[in-house]
Amino acid sequence: MGAGHAHKLYRHGHSPVHALPPHTKLTAVFAFVVVVVSTPRTAVWAFALYAALLGTVAYAARVPASFLLKRLLIEIPFVAFAVLMPFVAQGERVDVLGVSLSVNGLWGAWNVLAKGTLGVAASVLLAATTELRELLLGLQRLRLPPLLVQIASFMIRYGDVITDEMRRMRIARESRGFEARGVRHWGVLAKSAGALFIRSYERGERVHLAMISRGYAGSMPVIDEVTASRAQWSYALALPCAALVVCLLGWFL
Amino acid sequence: MHVPDGFINAPVSAAAGVVAAGAVAVSLRGARRELDERTAPLAGLVAAFVFAAQMLNFPVAAGTSGHLLGGALAAILVGPFTGVLCLSVVLLMQGILFADGGLTALGVNITVMGVVTTVVGYAVFRALVKVLPKKRPSITVSAFVAALLSVPAAAAAFTLVYAVGGTTDVPIGQVLTAMVGVHLLIGIGEATITALTVGAVIAVRPDLVYGARGLTAPLKLRVNGELVDAPAAEPVPVAARSPRKLLLAGLVTSLLLAGFVSFYASANPDGLEKVAADKGIDAKAEDHAAADSPLADYGVQGITDSRLSGGLAGVIGVGVTVVAGTGVFWAVRRRRTGGTSPASTSDIPGNA
Repeated sequence: MGAGHAHKLYRHGHSPVHALPPHTKLTAVFAFVVVVVSTPRTAVWAFALYAALLGTVAYAARVPASFLLKRLLIEIPFVAFAVLMPFVAQGERVDVLGVSLSVNGLWGAWNVLAKGTLGVAASVLLAATTELRELLLGLQRLRLPPLLVQIASFMIRYGDVITDEMRRMRIARESRGFEARGVRHWGVLAKSAGALFIRSYERGERVHLAMISRGYAGSMPVIDEVTASRAQWSYALALPCAALVVCLLGWFL
Repeated sequence: MHVPDGFINAPVSAAAGVVAAGAVAVSLRGARRELDERTAPLAGLVAAFVFAAQMLNFPVAAGTSGHLLGGALAAILVGPFTGVLCLSVVLLMQGILFADGGLTALGVNITVMGVVTTVVGYAVFRALVKVLPKKRPSITVSAFVAALLSVPAAAAAFTLVYAVGGTTDVPIGQVLTAMVGVHLLIGIGEATITALTVGAVIAVRPDLVYGARGLTAPLKLRVNGELVDAPAAEPVPVAARSPRKLLLAGLVTSLLLAGFVSFYASANPDGLEKVAADKGIDAKAEDHAAADSPLADYGVQGITDSRLSGGLAGVIGVGVTVVAGTGVFWAVRRRRTGGTSPASTSDIPGNA
């Protein structure tokens, strides 16, 4: 994965967050999300503190707020679901601006919105400061089964190739005057999907042969083992530890 | 449809994570059997295909469009184990890279969208292929039905997870109706696309469709003007594999789930019961015939701690289900073997 292949979610930079070993970042993000999810929803101020913590990390990583906010849009489908909750949930009801809403549903909507948004923001920060290849190395370091990591790495590496193949097929279709307008054209699109599958599978076979001819015997050699010093671990785990303090305060206050 | 963080409570997310990890572990072993050492590149490329195919938009009408979910399609094209692996990897990468679906909800997402769609789709597909005549159109029909059922099955599975560990008190009956209703519609689109795609692949490379492997006609050679069966390829000796380990693992998992999850499950009546109570439906309902059985209402009588009792009832329930299922299995098998060779029935224990 050379420079030209960096995914568009990644923001190149040299901040201290970029420099952290990938497995420490993965652990930190996962622990942070777990802590956020187990916070009681009534502690509204705790979520503001979590957001401030993430803001600090974003500042340290020099990720601009506009970039972060744009990527948060992925959440929209579930926001729609959350907005529905106060109307359909059971229990005690209150009148807000003349509309009868369920108290329980309002809390539920707040719960999903706050925790979901914080989770998405944490993942976005992780993806923005970690290169794909590093991420895979980190997953391997965290003892994910090697076969799974290999499958993921092939998916990532060939994802662009397959997507480009799909784009070329679309251009070929369109240059022959085809325009998909409705259900009647599904046959053509499905034939493209079928062709795409056959091409992907055959490419897989060729890749396998190429790998065998280079001495592949079921496992990939690890040439750049990532290691983390104690300082790096403590630096990365500062985020979830701070969050844990907030969470405990939320439970006991 | 990706579940975000905070939608399902922590214990149920953890339990779903255990289920997902188990399914992936079983699939890793199974995929090695399906693809041997070609697993990594082939499964990786198929995962990339699923990822790309999910971006292919199928216009419905008036500016709306749908896309493929791909569970049933992957299972039919490359086999159930590889299918589960591909979808899990796609979901994992979507969660970590694109923040699509929460990290703590990864287990729920993999279980609902990866495992349930693939397993239900493939089971329906195999059953139909067995029943229907061995011709190509029946593959397409089976693919259609399999994909049609796999999507509402995932919706129902999600509702089940939500009923156990949802963070808001929305009546489960309504959630189920809405989810399954909407996803039945989505399922029709998924089914059409899946059937057409499988049909397109089978027309060009029938050997690549895992689910249609039994359909290839035996190779014939014309020798001196008459057709002769070609010599069969050397059969590869398959190591005898005992299903005992898998069965044990499944049993332990269900026991853990039944005990652990129902321990944490809310002691409040579920949504449906609640709706029934609110609307007074249950005033007229007669008591269930088993209402005074020792397990009535998922609790063990004589144990006052409601959570402990619920967990115990879950464990006992799994035990009873396993015994009953084994009984039916033995009965069916006994009848089948009894029809062909009566001598072989003598060594089957009579616990049917």
